[in-house]
Amino acid sequence: MNHWHFIIGAYGVTLVVFVVEILAVRARRRDAAHTAAASAAPAGARPASSAEGAR
Amino acid sequence: MPFNWFKLSSPASFYPVAGTLIPWFAWGAAILAAIGLWLGFGVAPTDFQQGEVYRIIFIHVPSAWLSMFLYVVMAFWGVLALGFGTRLSGMMAQAIAPTGALMTFIALWTGALWGRPTWGTYWAWDARMTSELILLFLYLGIIALRQAIGDPRRADRACAVLSIVGVVNIPIIYFSVKWWNTLHQGASVKLTGSSMETTMLAGMLVMSFAFWFYSIAVVLARLRAIVLERERDAAWVGALPDVRGNAGVLR
Repeated sequence: MNHWHFIIGAYGVTLVVFVVEILAVRARRRDAAHTAAASAAPAGARPASSAEGAR
Repeated sequence: MPFNWFKLSSPASFYPVAGTLIPWFAWGAAILAAIGLWLGFGVAPTDFQQGEVYRIIFIHVPSAWLSMFLYVVMAFWGVLALGFGTRLSGMMAQAIAPTGALMTFIALWTGALWGRPTWGTYWAWDARMTSELILLFLYLGIIALRQAIGDPRRADRACAVLSIVGVVNIPIIYFSVKWWNTLHQGASVKLTGSSMETTMLAGMLVMSFAFWFYSIAVVLARLRAIVLERERDAAWVGALPDVRGNAGVLR
């Protein structure tokens, strides 16, 4: 009547969800900082994919 | 001179404040989770009816509470976004939705794994479980709606309307075990007291605070990313040290 596999399944998936969420948020912030830097950089230094290049 | 709280409604003012708060809430969540797990697995006794499997309660109940609480907070920011048109309110609601959806998923998942040994089934279409599933669909609908609308300010308003309408589901979830005859048990913790053993209750409450602190930390971190995404053309964003560091790489 102990059912430890249910407990491990519950806690394991919860831990995985938290780790994935933290990693996703960190990656999103890194991408956002990079994109913001591309917007802030002088026109000549911006990558060709920047929206500024279409102007 | 009194502190002007309205100043914090500007993304430029709130961005550094969020950055300062995140480590406090993250470490708070980690410490509280360690204490809560110690109470839950090291101190709380085995349940005389359910055996060890009841220990799922230490993540199931906090995630279920947070799933409802985060939805109400998201709708609150939606009201501010609609009523005052403040940019930060829409961003805050946007930042809360994914964490709310994940808390709802965890509540459903851990509930299913608790239900199988306790009730003999992973799932039943009873009022509590079904209304919690509808909450997950509401969160997913709000996230999808935002993705479908290109203009962030229009997306803020549309998502605010949907989240405010969806608030009607929260009392249905909470009172479902009273209003209908459900397989899901009634509330063990009420404002008037608790029917739980003291160490079990203490572990559950400490874990609830751990989940709450975690949610605040991760929502603030996501909010900072959203601010950078949506305000990237603003001069103050270009002057941020972490953005300037990236700009140096591009030069």
